[in-house]
Amino acid sequence: MTVWGAIAADVLLALLAMAMLPALFRLARGPDLTDRVVALDLISMIAVAISALYATAYDAPVFLDVAILMALITFVGTIAFAHYIERRREKTE
Amino acid sequence: MIAELIAIGVAACGTGLILVASLGIVRMPDFLTRMHASSKAGTLGAALILVAVAVTLPETAILMRVVLIILFLFLTAPLSAHMIARAGYRREAHLCKETVIDEYREACEAENDSGASGIETD
Repeated sequence: MTVWGAIAADVLLALLAMAMLPALFRLARGPDLTDRVVALDLISMIAVAISALYATAYDAPVFLDVAILMALITFVGTIAFAHYIERRREKTE
Repeated sequence: MIAELIAIGVAACGTGLILVASLGIVRMPDFLTRMHASSKAGTLGAALILVAVAVTLPETAILMRVVLIILFLFLTAPLSAHMIARAGYRREAHLCKETVIDEYREACEAENDSGASGIETD
């Protein structure tokens, strides 16, 4: 990879890290639990993108395995949150 | 050299899409529109960045992993978005004031009147 390619990859990594900030804001602020779960979903998507881009930029293909694991665990976690949201108010009603 | 230029272009497109997605998650008025912004644009952005990975490192093991991740993202993102949208709508639906049409509300009320909530399965 040429010098300019490395610089471009670093800039893209910084932009992806910046894209995480609005999602973190929504995670902290979100009026409902649903908004927070959506924000968590987007954060993990950005994390997958960051680790994939890091794998090429620094020639470390191990980080692709990290991306696979992150995508798997996020899916299970989101489904679990959906079940929790659907069922949690039945006891109090 | 050409491959690197293509990879940088594709990865820049993906980064732009992810930036748009995270802008939408802050600016949109209610959770359904936020999900609309984040799940579609976010998935496509991550997939474009993975395509850039495959262009830069064309080896079989890496291609297999990239195809696996893209397939998995495209299969699971709509599924989890559907589950969250259904759960959020039924339990804590706070739709924005600009909502024009809400046909699912009538279906839910008809379901509640007949006594079957449709949620409890066990």
